Amino acid sequence: MTAIRILVGTRKGAFILSSDEKRKKWSVDGPHFGGWEIYHMQGSPADPDRIYASQTSSWFGQIIQRSDDGGKTWFQPGSDASEQDNQGMPKGESNKFVYDTSEETGKPLTTHQWYDGTQHPWEFARVWHLEPALDDVDTCYAGVEDAALFKTTDGGVTWHELAGLRGHASGPDWMPGAGGMCLHTIVLDPSNPKRIFCAISAAGTFRSDDAGLTWKPINKGLHSEYIPDPTAEVGHCVHRIAFHPSNPNTLFMQKHWDVMRSDDGGDNWREVSGNLPSDFGFAVAVHAHEPETIYVIPILSDSLHYPPDGKLRVYRSRSGGEKWEALTKGLPQEHCYVNVLRDAMAVDMADPCGIYFGTTGGQVYASNDAGDNWMPIVRDLPAVLSVEAQTIS
Amino acid sequence: MIRVTLPLHLQTLANCDREVTVAVNGSVTQRAILDALEARYPMLRGTIREHVTLARRPRVRFYAAGMDVSHESPDATLPDSVASGEQPFMIVGAIAGG
Repeated sequence: MTAIRILVGTRKGAFILSSDEKRKKWSVDGPHFGGWEIYHMQGSPADPDRIYASQTSSWFGQIIQRSDDGGKTWFQPGSDASEQDNQGMPKGESNKFVYDTSEETGKPLTTHQWYDGTQHPWEFARVWHLEPALDDVDTCYAGVEDAALFKTTDGGVTWHELAGLRGHASGPDWMPGAGGMCLHTIVLDPSNPKRIFCAISAAGTFRSDDAGLTWKPINKGLHSEYIPDPTAEVGHCVHRIAFHPSNPNTLFMQKHWDVMRSDDGGDNWREVSGNLPSDFGFAVAVHAHEPETIYVIPILSDSLHYPPDGKLRVYRSRSGGEKWEALTKGLPQEHCYVNVLRDAMAVDMADPCGIYFGTTGGQVYASNDAGDNWMPIVRDLPAVLSVEAQTIS
Repeated sequence: MIRVTLPLHLQTLANCDREVTVAVNGSVTQRAILDALEARYPMLRGTIREHVTLARRPRVRFYAAGMDVSHESPDATLPDSVASGEQPFMIVGAIAGG
């Protein structure tokens, strides 16, 4: 019997939605960490009961939470009974994200481009995305703002920066998008443990072929008219990338504007926006069992962060782009002006494939038939920041 | 004992009441109180002041004896009423919203 667990991060807490494989009746658990922003939660592929959560606040900073029982209970890593101080309190180092400037493994703390074109120091703000390793529950990557990649190998107790990315020579040309200069996407290649893809707003997409030591910008073919050189090596506002695990050389991208595709591991990109009503958007996802079936949710523009015509439509392409069909059954087709953020769409591994997305209006929608039909699981959560799906055997 | 009040988010994080008490040896200063507080509640490290620089986070404010002491030196001696426990040292999240 397969169970499905949906991890929902919102502006005011975390929620866990659960169902059986039919995915018709759902239970809702939460809020966890009420009042805190939960940018992202992600379960370990090696053990779905291990879940990492990014709990953050513009007031009080960054906390990493961890669950070892599928989200029933949470703790800050490092707060095990065996690791308490002499007053019985946790040691609490898990929220320490410090850029590595050491001579041995680090890079100097330099500057990046600010909104007004001046240079601005790198400043840690929050963890946007957590990506647990494919084969080890205690290893997890964290993408942070200002853009950098961190890694833990002790279950989140301590985090160490893989400084080669932040220290890339193009760093001074990176600039923040409207949401900040965030590393928001981390994709791990299951066929090559040394290959990691990252995406940064607004720098672009980067690839490492040596497990994160060194990085290469992979943005050839991107065209962004809002930057001084539309085909520059870096500076593109990539919103999200995704691939099918069986075909890791084929990447799909939702850029600020344009839906893109690469068939050579990101070395070259081509546009596949085709007949979409708008090619602006944030999220992109790939069907769990069909590597050429992909999903996007068109948003009208970067000024108008809501769907075209007030209609909430998921678009599906069964040809890896170019030809798209609107999926509307069960979704509001009038007076809908919500947004769907970059980390807020996910697929499960069940058959038929389930698709899920959350909106800034607090709805989480689910389809248990690959997008043909939709239903809301919940309607009135705080604004949804992230959605992840776990398939539990 | 020094009385310290915490904002809701930090109460939740530390699993404590709004007001806690800490012991301070020597001069009662912001730094001494926060050192004692973080020793008692290590999960608060990095939430009130930055991990490395120990600078106050921009949206956190400190009040003592009815005065905003956020911009005072962290090593300045706080009023006797705080040192004696008559009044709390207040850690406050700056008001924002609309």
